[in-house]
Amino acid sequence: MNAIAIDGLSKRYGRQAALCDVSFALPEGALLALLGHNGAGKTTLMKLMLGLIRPTAGRVEVLGCEPAGAALSFRRKLGFLPENVAFHDEMTGRATLRFLARLKREDLGACDSLLERVGLAQAADRRVKTYSKGMRQRLGLAQALLGSPRILLLDEPTTGLDPVLRQEFFAILSELRQGGTTVVLSSHILTELEARTELVAIMRQGRLAAWGSLPELRKAASLPIRIRLLTPGAAQGVAERLGGLDIAHVNDNTVELVCPLEDKMTVLRHLAGLGGAVTDLDLQLPSLDDLYVHFGHHRQSAEVSP
Amino acid sequence: MSPILVIAGKEVADGLRNRWIVGATLVLAMLACALALLGSAPTGSLGVKPLAVTVVSLASLTIFLVPLIALLLSYDTIVGEIERGTMLLLLTYPITRTDLLLGKVLGHCCILAIATVVGYGGAGLAVGLGQGSDPQSWAAFGLLLVTSVMLGGAFVALATLISLAVRERGTAAGLAVALWLVFVVVFDLVLLGLLVAGQGVVDPKLFSWLLLANPADVFRLANLTGFDNVRLFSGMAGLAADMRISSGTLLAALAAWMIVPLAAALILFRRREL
Repeated sequence: MNAIAIDGLSKRYGRQAALCDVSFALPEGALLALLGHNGAGKTTLMKLMLGLIRPTAGRVEVLGCEPAGAALSFRRKLGFLPENVAFHDEMTGRATLRFLARLKREDLGACDSLLERVGLAQAADRRVKTYSKGMRQRLGLAQALLGSPRILLLDEPTTGLDPVLRQEFFAILSELRQGGTTVVLSSHILTELEARTELVAIMRQGRLAAWGSLPELRKAASLPIRIRLLTPGAAQGVAERLGGLDIAHVNDNTVELVCPLEDKMTVLRHLAGLGGAVTDLDLQLPSLDDLYVHFGHHRQSAEVSP
Repeated sequence: MSPILVIAGKEVADGLRNRWIVGATLVLAMLACALALLGSAPTGSLGVKPLAVTVVSLASLTIFLVPLIALLLSYDTIVGEIERGTMLLLLTYPITRTDLLLGKVLGHCCILAIATVVGYGGAGLAVGLGQGSDPQSWAAFGLLLVTSVMLGGAFVALATLISLAVRERGTAAGLAVALWLVFVVVFDLVLLGLLVAGQGVVDPKLFSWLLLANPADVFRLANLTGFDNVRLFSGMAGLAADMRISSGTLLAALAAWMIVPLAAALILFRRREL
């Protein structure tokens, strides 16, 4: 069963189209990274999945029901972390979490261990007003995790988290996913997602500009790979022996090559034949950043089917 | 626990934390005591029932203060949460918008009830026990407490409606002040002007029904004409004879002033997209 199924989804605010004909399906236990610049429609998409707003056209189905008209029990299965999460400044962290746990009809005993888990146990009895951005974010994560949600929607979850907490955050996510929780998260920091995401959706101006696994997207974008050769003192000589290959840059000690992804092995074999002139080699695959720039900004219509 | 009670409990806890309850109670208690003492001094020698006099003074105090407290308490209840960004998260929780709004209104009514009952109760007990009273005066005092909370509830509902109708806190604050001025000050002046200018033209009966269009006047009528002994001291005895509006109708009108704005607020809230 698909945890999330979206079909021809559009949302207009007055004359402005926030989301335009988006379709995809997400199996249970998947982790989808939503990428896109501000105003690309990420938050609108999340609000539609939460049932906070109703679609202008198309369908959205989460856990088999339409979020906007779903029973309250449906929302107990959701965890949501909004972008720039805000709490009541005068309440303590613990009181905030207990209040939200009561609303979700969850066991209050879970609050303390959740606070511990996100590293807020020490600051739990301080007012939220005194919290730093990162601490608010952690409290936001704690509330999203209340009651082991089946669907976790996280809007910019890692902003303000330090690297250690970020690691811990992804550890929590993979633990939840093993239990079948489906995660959708949006982010600007692309590098951290690279190792942890198998599904990527790139949004541009309300449309799904690209969708797929990272290797699929690399292939679809056909972005070249970059190879940097370390050739102390012999750069010119090596460059001349690379006839036919696209040389991007040469200086005294290095040569930079650009080659299509599918020619990678051919080029590598050729390079291996160069002998001792090449002392080291650095291979750079197109990163998520490159894909994001490629799909998110350049091409006018680059629909990649799943 | 019902989500309405969870929300209401949080509002009351907020009221305790930010000293709203303590502040409102103290203001009401101090003014009530001052009025009770001033009110009973001149009448004591006449041998009348001082508690009935106190009810008259407290009713006038309520008309000015309770709507103001209610409006200040509730004007940013929704728009403030939307502006701070806390509403978005709350709406993704398993709670209906109706429950959320009812919980907030209930919480604010509780705050007002605590302030009114404690603030007025002390003064009432002091006067009633210290200077003597009769069952009818106690009944009038009880009616005063109940209708004060109802008047507060009506203005909480109106403020909540304002809070949902506007997009910015500042607008809501301005509207709340305007609403207080209209209902507490301007309305009566306009009505008085109409009465004087339209003498002989406007039917006095129409005039008395027009009073129902203002919750503060409904409250005034309910308290000042409800019991004979109070009527005597309030100078309403003559008017009351002319009035064809029963106490039951007045209480129903006050309840309607709570329910209708609240229903409108609920409809607005359910339609609102965030």
